[in-house]
Amino acid sequence: MCERKKATLRIIPINDDGEIIFDEYLKLLNPRTKLVSVSQVSNALGTVLPVRKIINAAHSADIPVLIDGAQGIQHGAVDVKKMNCDFYVFSGHKIYGPTGIGVLFGKEKYLDEMPPYQGGGDMVDKVTFEKTTYNELPFKFEAGTMNYVGAIGLGKALEYVLGIGRENIAEMEQDLLKYATEKLSAINDIKIFGKSGNKISIISFLINNIHQYDAGMILDKMGIAVRTGTHCAQPVMDRFGIDGTIRASMCFYNTKEEVDILVEGIGKVIEMFS
Amino acid sequence: MELNQVQNNIVDEFSVFDDWMDKYNFLIELGKELPVIDPRFKTKDFLIEGCQSKVWLHPDFDGEIITFTADSDAIITRGIVSLLIKVLSGRTPQEIINADLFFIDKIGLRQNLSPTRSNGLLSMVRQMKLYAIAYDTKTKKNN
Repeated sequence: MCERKKATLRIIPINDDGEIIFDEYLKLLNPRTKLVSVSQVSNALGTVLPVRKIINAAHSADIPVLIDGAQGIQHGAVDVKKMNCDFYVFSGHKIYGPTGIGVLFGKEKYLDEMPPYQGGGDMVDKVTFEKTTYNELPFKFEAGTMNYVGAIGLGKALEYVLGIGRENIAEMEQDLLKYATEKLSAINDIKIFGKSGNKISIISFLINNIHQYDAGMILDKMGIAVRTGTHCAQPVMDRFGIDGTIRASMCFYNTKEEVDILVEGIGKVIEMFS
Repeated sequence: MELNQVQNNIVDEFSVFDDWMDKYNFLIELGKELPVIDPRFKTKDFLIEGCQSKVWLHPDFDGEIITFTADSDAIITRGIVSLLIKVLSGRTPQEIINADLFFIDKIGLRQNLSPTRSNGLLSMVRQMKLYAIAYDTKTKKNN
């Protein structure tokens, strides 16, 4: 978008705990700011961003805000009206749904202003050679044959999540996070990245100077699924002067016993590489 | 020793271990034997693209054979590179170009790596073969 619109992308800096520095954010807002776009949750560190505060500050300068909820939607209750964001987006596969489908929520006043991003059946209202008028919302954004298979799958996934209850999910995951943070913090050889008091249930860490890739391979062999690497968040890695982390992501269906297995696995990794 | 003989030896060495954990331990040991690259070659030019961990590979051609040195920031990767070097280093460009690296599948290395990591392994092999092709072409031109 910056290339196309000749816009300048400016980044909100983060502190050592992996939280955005709010005063620095405020300094970035100016009359030329067109859009504020933030993640609800950092996928690399787990930090939950203060989106309400971010939105309020932007709105007081009439700047619309887009919230990327891909990492936030599945971990707790989200109310776009209360949040008052102008756009909220997430992908289906991050909330146990199928790939290839996602959700874009936008306030009507912005969506009305926006032209269709592609052409196809159903998106036009009237076609003459002189002028084409577009169909009303949401049809003007739904050209051609919809990915209804994905939509049905995503609908089922959302029903599943709602059935468990988003508050329940948040509670179970926070309980696991607390347990895992205590257990992992007790290991001297571990350094945790992302120490905000407001986090979702992931722990990004490194073990001594063992390469995350080596550790990941051994954990994998023990049947423990962690992600290793930069998590597509190179700027965050650069901020901490590292080239990747090991990330353990806990979900409501994980158990404390599984956290214990992870801790055991980490012990084995330390043994193998020291 | 013949290139295929070296491969067979590696296959024999790995067959001793039943458990993949022991095989990894063996890879870690092998990593320690890797002929280490001169630090001045640890630059972007010698970095292999497509690996999750950093891998540097340097070829040295004396007009007849290519000698490889390498390094990686990950220890298991260092073990894997060291296997490739055992097989391919000290060979003529023609030998490297024609090498059929059957040991990789025979020791189950590829099956035990995730797809991205397996691609990294293939990148290393390709890079070594590309150097061989380059030196081979150069030698033919000079003759």
